[in-house]
Amino acid sequence: MPLTGIEIFKLLPKTNCGRCGEPTCLAFAMKLAAAKAELAACPDISDEVRAKLEEAAAPPIKLVTIGAGNRAFKIGGETVMFRHEKRFENPPGFALLIRDSMDESEISARLERFNQLEYKRVELTLRPELVAVKDESGDRARFEATVSKVKENTDASIILMSPSPDILAAGLKVCAERKPLLYAATRDNLEPVASLARQNSCPVVAKASTLDELARLTTQLTDSGVNDIILDSGARSLRQALEDQILIRSTALSKRFRPLGFPTIVFPGEMTDDPMKEAVIASIFVAKYSGIIVLSDFQGESLFPLLVERMNIYTDPQRPLAITEGIYPVGNPDENSPVLITTNFSLTYFIVSAEIETSKVPSHLLVKDTQGLSVLTAWAGGRFVADTIAPFVKKCGISEMVKHHKLIIPGYTAIESGSLEEELPGWQIMVGPREGAHIPAYLKTWQP
Amino acid sequence: MNLEIPKTAYNGRIKEIRLGKGDKAVTVGGETCYPFYLFEGKMPNLPRIAMEVWDTSPEDWPEAALEPFQGVTGDPVAWARKCVTDFGAEMICLQLVSTDPNGLDRGADEAAAVVKNVAEAITVPLIVWGTANHDKDTEVLRKVAEVNEGRNLILGPVEEGDYKKIGAAAIGYQHTVIASTPIDINLAKQLNILLGNLGVRDELLIIDPTVSSIGYGIEYCYSVMERVRTAALTQQDNKLQYPLICNVAKEVWKTKEAKPPADGALTLGDTRKRGILLEAMSAMVLLLGGGDVLIMRHPEAIRLVQEMITELAAPKNN
Repeated sequence: MPLTGIEIFKLLPKTNCGRCGEPTCLAFAMKLAAAKAELAACPDISDEVRAKLEEAAAPPIKLVTIGAGNRAFKIGGETVMFRHEKRFENPPGFALLIRDSMDESEISARLERFNQLEYKRVELTLRPELVAVKDESGDRARFEATVSKVKENTDASIILMSPSPDILAAGLKVCAERKPLLYAATRDNLEPVASLARQNSCPVVAKASTLDELARLTTQLTDSGVNDIILDSGARSLRQALEDQILIRSTALSKRFRPLGFPTIVFPGEMTDDPMKEAVIASIFVAKYSGIIVLSDFQGESLFPLLVERMNIYTDPQRPLAITEGIYPVGNPDENSPVLITTNFSLTYFIVSAEIETSKVPSHLLVKDTQGLSVLTAWAGGRFVADTIAPFVKKCGISEMVKHHKLIIPGYTAIESGSLEEELPGWQIMVGPREGAHIPAYLKTWQP
Repeated sequence: MNLEIPKTAYNGRIKEIRLGKGDKAVTVGGETCYPFYLFEGKMPNLPRIAMEVWDTSPEDWPEAALEPFQGVTGDPVAWARKCVTDFGAEMICLQLVSTDPNGLDRGADEAAAVVKNVAEAITVPLIVWGTANHDKDTEVLRKVAEVNEGRNLILGPVEEGDYKKIGAAAIGYQHTVIASTPIDINLAKQLNILLGNLGVRDELLIIDPTVSSIGYGIEYCYSVMERVRTAALTQQDNKLQYPLICNVAKEVWKTKEAKPPADGALTLGDTRKRGILLEAMSAMVLLLGGGDVLIMRHPEAIRLVQEMITELAAPKNN
C-alpha cells in the first residue's frame, strides 16, 4: 500500500531544516504522499529509509516499455481492477505471429498486412504494435534471417520466441536496437536468458505453469538484475487463463505482491485453431487485464473490432473522447444539402453521423466544441445554447457553403430556437428529432 | 514473500428468475461472484442467448445478417420456428419493430395477435420488445400481456415513463418485466424500487441497463453493468440484485462497421466475418460485465459466444 503522509513523516529526519523547499518535514511528507515532491530533495535521509520509501512508492504493477522507436509502447502501471474505479492506463499491444518455418511469400504477405492495417477513429490512429517471431525450425540462421526480414520491412516492436538461448541470441544480434521482448525465461534456461536480457537491456517474459512457480521465477530474475518482466502463467485453457489474468492483477494490487506485479502476455491462438474464436478470446483479454495479446494472424475483420474495443475499454471514464470542432460532410453534401448541428462528444458525433448516413441524405454536420459533453449535458451546462452556438455558426464558414440558411438543431435544445433566430439573422432554425434514431425519417422529408 | 491469493468480499447474491413456462422454461441469475470468477463463487445458471425475430421484414439488415434467415423474414412464426429447430434457440426475442409510430405504426391488436401466434408456435421462453415509445409501448405491451395471459412472457422495455401501466398489466396477466433505464446505475435502482412498490415480485424482474456495440459507447454499458454487479454482490444492494438482459444485436448490425465499407476499404477485411465478430465480441464484453440474457442475431456469432460461455465455465483439469 502507498504510505500516508503521516507514515512518511515518521521516517523523515524531523529537522525542519527547510532545505527541501518546504517549511517543515511534515509539509514535505504530505507533498511526497501526494506525489508532488521528490524524495531526493531531502538532504538528510538515510539509505535505509530511502529504500523503504522507494519501495512503497513504486507502482504495484511495473510499467514496462516494449520496443524502441516508432512503435514502442508501455504496458503495466495499472492501479484498479475495474475501469470505473479510476481508469485503465496502458492498452495492451497486439502482436502478429510469424513462424520462421513459414515460406517467404507467407511471411511477406503478413508483414505487408502488418504495415497496412491501420484505422482512423476519433482522430486517433489505431494500429498494432508488435511482430512476434517464433523459432520453429530450430535453425539459427533461418531465425536470424526471419528476424532481419521483420526488422527491414516494418517498424514493429519485436518479440523473439524460442526455447533456446542460442537462437534468441542470434535473433537479438540483428535487432538489438529495437529492444525486443525475449520469450521466454523458464526454469530450464533462466540464467542464459536473463543474461541476454541484462546485456541488451531487453524486457523478458517469465513463463511458468503455475502462479507459484511464476512468482519464484520472477524473484530469481529480479535478484539477477532483470527488472523489466512480462508474465506468462502458462495457462492455455480459457478458464484458467482468465483466472490467472485476474489473480495476477488482484494479487499485485491488493496484496502488493511484487513477484506478480508485472504486465502479462497471452496467446489466444494457442487456445483454439478457429480464427474467429481466437478473435473473440482476444476480446476477453482486452477487457481482462492482458498486456500483450499475440494473434496467430492479422486480418482486417478481426483486428479492426479488437482495436476499437481496446480504444473503448481504455477510454478514461472521467474524460470523454472529444472530436475537433468544425464542419463534417456526411455523404457528398452540396449547397442544397441540410445543415445539422450537434456537440463534439465523440459518441454523439458517431451516432448522429451514422444516422445521417443511414438516411442516405448527404448533409453538412456542424460539430460544436462542448468539451466532450453530450447534447443535454452541454445544454444544461450552458455550453450548447444560443450564445455559444451562434458565434460558432457565424465563424465556421457554413454560410458560404449552402444557398439556403436553415439550421437543424437537436430536439432536446428546442427551447434555444427563438434566441438562435435572434442571434443568427437570416437563418431559419428548425427543430430536429430528439433521438438520433429518428434522424433518417426527419431528413427524408427535408426540403431546402 | 509467499503468494497469497486475495478474495473478493462478496455478501450478496443475484436473484434467480425463471423465464417462460413448462419444460423449456429457462432459469437465469443466482450468481455469487463476478462474471466467470468461478474461483471465488458460483454461477449456478450460465448466461443464455435469445435469438431475435422481427415482426416485420427488416429493411436495413446487412446481407450477412439476413442470409441465415432467408425465406422466413416476412413471417415471424416461421422465423421463430426456424430459430428453434434449425439453430437450437433456447429463447426467442420478438422485436415489435412494426409498431414504431415513426415507422409502420402498426396497432396494438395486430401486434398482440402476432405475439400470440409466435408464442403458440414455440415452447421456449418468449421475450417481447417494444419501441421505447412510452405511449405506444403502453398501448401495445398491455394488449400483448392481456392476450397472452399466463404465458410468462418477458416484456419490455418498461421505463420510468410507462412502468405503471405496463407493470400493472404484467402483474395482472403474469409476465416478467424488463426494467429499462439509460445507462445509469442510480436510475436502474430507482426504477426497480418503483416496480417493487407497484407490486412486481422479485422473481419477475430483469434489468435492461441499455447497451450498445463496440465503437458506439460499449464502455459506458460495460462499466455501468460492472457497477451494478459490484453493488449487488459486495454492497448488499438488494435493489440491484437482479439478472441483466442485453438487447445487443440490433445495436451492432445497424452500425456502418457491420456493413460493407462505403469507400471499399480493404483494411476492414471480410464484411460478413467482421459483422459476426462485432456481434460476438460486443456480446462477450457485455457477458464480462454481467449479462445474463443476450439477445443476438447471427447463428455464427451465437455459436462463438456459446462456446466461450462453455469454456469459461468448463471443469478444470487440475
